[in-house]
Amino acid sequence: MLRKIALWIDERLYVSKLYASTAGHSVPANAESWFYVFGSGTLLCFIIQVVTGTCLAFVYTPSATEAYTSLEYLNYQQSLGWLLRAIHNWGSTFMVGIMILHLTQVFLFGAFKYPREMTWISGVVLLLCTLGMAFTGQVLRFDQDAYWGLGIGAAMMGRVPVLGPNLVHLMLAGPIIAGETLSRFFTLHVFIIPGTIIALVSLHLRLVLTKGINEYPVPGKRVEKETYAEEYESLIKKEGVPFFPKAISKDLVFSGLVILGILGCALYFGPEGPHGVPDPTQINTVPKPDFFFLWLYAVLALLPDYLETILILTVPVIAIGFLFALPFISGTGEKSARRRPVAVLSVIVIFLALGTFNYLGTYAPWSPKMGAWSGEATPFKYVKGRSPLELRGALVLQSKQCRNCHSLDGSGGLRGPALDGVATRLTSDQLVRQVIQGGGNMPAYGKNLSPAEVDAIVAFMQTLHEPNDSPARDTTAPENSGDKGKETATVRR
Amino acid sequence: MVVKEPDVVVKESELKSPVVTQGELVQLVRKRPSRRAFLFRLGAALNVVAASLMGIPVIGFVFSSFRSKGPGESWIGLGALDSFPVGETRLATYRNPFTRPWDGPTADIPCWVRRIEGEKFQVFAINCTHLGCPVRWFQESHLFMCPCHGGAFYEDGSHASGPPPRGLYEYQYKVERGQLQVKGGILPTLSEPL
Repeated sequence: MLRKIALWIDERLYVSKLYASTAGHSVPANAESWFYVFGSGTLLCFIIQVVTGTCLAFVYTPSATEAYTSLEYLNYQQSLGWLLRAIHNWGSTFMVGIMILHLTQVFLFGAFKYPREMTWISGVVLLLCTLGMAFTGQVLRFDQDAYWGLGIGAAMMGRVPVLGPNLVHLMLAGPIIAGETLSRFFTLHVFIIPGTIIALVSLHLRLVLTKGINEYPVPGKRVEKETYAEEYESLIKKEGVPFFPKAISKDLVFSGLVILGILGCALYFGPEGPHGVPDPTQINTVPKPDFFFLWLYAVLALLPDYLETILILTVPVIAIGFLFALPFISGTGEKSARRRPVAVLSVIVIFLALGTFNYLGTYAPWSPKMGAWSGEATPFKYVKGRSPLELRGALVLQSKQCRNCHSLDGSGGLRGPALDGVATRLTSDQLVRQVIQGGGNMPAYGKNLSPAEVDAIVAFMQTLHEPNDSPARDTTAPENSGDKGKETATVRR
Repeated sequence: MVVKEPDVVVKESELKSPVVTQGELVQLVRKRPSRRAFLFRLGAALNVVAASLMGIPVIGFVFSSFRSKGPGESWIGLGALDSFPVGETRLATYRNPFTRPWDGPTADIPCWVRRIEGEKFQVFAINCTHLGCPVRWFQESHLFMCPCHGGAFYEDGSHASGPPPRGLYEYQYKVERGQLQVKGGILPTLSEPL
């Protein structure tokens, strides 16, 4: 009876035929590797995002007036809303992370080469879509970071020559960041980009079926356009295994771990934000992007300003263009990473660079520490035994907010050099000049300090050296500055 | 009763496969201009025209920013002159002149007002000229500092240090009936400063 029902269903829906041409397709036995699990892992994350995102959309209100409140409602009132928000947030983190692993693996295994150019190209568009989802998703968490993140996006668009104002207007859906901006990003995040992703994933998977999964590369075995298709076919015939139920087992294990990982992180860390209210008049904020874009935030701080506009406008175009062109630049030849040193080195350099920039982005040494001048006391050891003039200087250093950029004994801003030991680097004349005229990325304080204040602050800074280090001397007039330094040192002892 | 002749007579040899490929279809159509071929062409042409007609408003809607720049800027009151002491720089806020009912707090725009003397002012946009973050005024060091990438500006808005490519954006202002007014309404960027 059951068999009859099954047969009836199969006859109507062609389930077994569907199986044979999709999940049951043969893959090379050597593709049954732990390295081949990241593609399905990324897809799994996407499915989790669609499901949790749909749930969140039941409650979330894409209106500039209500979005923040609806996020708070999700966090605190809606039953399990906090967990769904946390899963959605961690799902995005996992998705970007696993997708990058997938990209790296595909690159290192030469899977972009003939005849899988279109698989790679559709993958690059999927990468861009996923990053687009990450950015638009961050905007939907409509808080201060989202507001100023949009401002940063608009400022970058505004650097485009000629079309700049139109592009800013197009991005913001108006002259300022406001209600329609959020609606626009909601549409992108919920309709346009996910729709594109679904379409492209279909293409991507279809290509995996028609062109076959990349066989595990063997060093010395080169891809040649004339022979590859034949070789692949005979490989499948000789040692092909059906993807389901044979080759899928490692994917299954990995998928399970991914789900547990997302759930575990969501339960342990909870939802992200929303942070401050998206009210631009609340200006005491330090906007920062989510981790996917921290490296960009760091790069933008560190680029020399004369290069900035050019690089902002050209590097993304060149980088994305290069990704698209890759299968045509290097479409044949060695696949194995063991025979592709340039590929391996590029991966290492790119990962090191992104990792370093992301790390720098976490503590942003280029930003002044806005509260340091009033929040971080002058270290005791730097006031002990100082003369009244020097103490007055310590006070000026504090009240003129020098500490926002300069640290003392490890506390304070990192924008400028630490002032511990500054007396060993600069003579009193140099200190006066630096304070009054600025330079080397320091503002000039000449108009803002009285001569007496300059005297005091320089006197204080001249005491900033280790007891047994001698202060810097003016070689043209060694006695003057040298004596001054010695005096201070004596006073301290 | 009149039995219609089939439009296209297909020879036995042309019926090898039940599925007619596109090439064969084109050939058949070319061979004998028929009512079916005419209808196919008419249908295709009709769809191209109709889709274009429908596409125009859709594209025009999405890319409306390229057609009209919207309402532009207008004069907004920032408050009585007395609320800005001479020699000081104060934060002022205004409601963006063009708002939609669902804009919420996002349409409240802050700016920095520096009263130099008498009716001489400088009104700066809050946005850093580097990448638009909100600059903060520090009365003690007479500097505007940006929290994002470390840009700093002097009290007159000129560039002091860091990555910003120019000084702060400055609003046009006027004093009318004891009120300070500025011309605002857009988010200033490098290509469209205030």
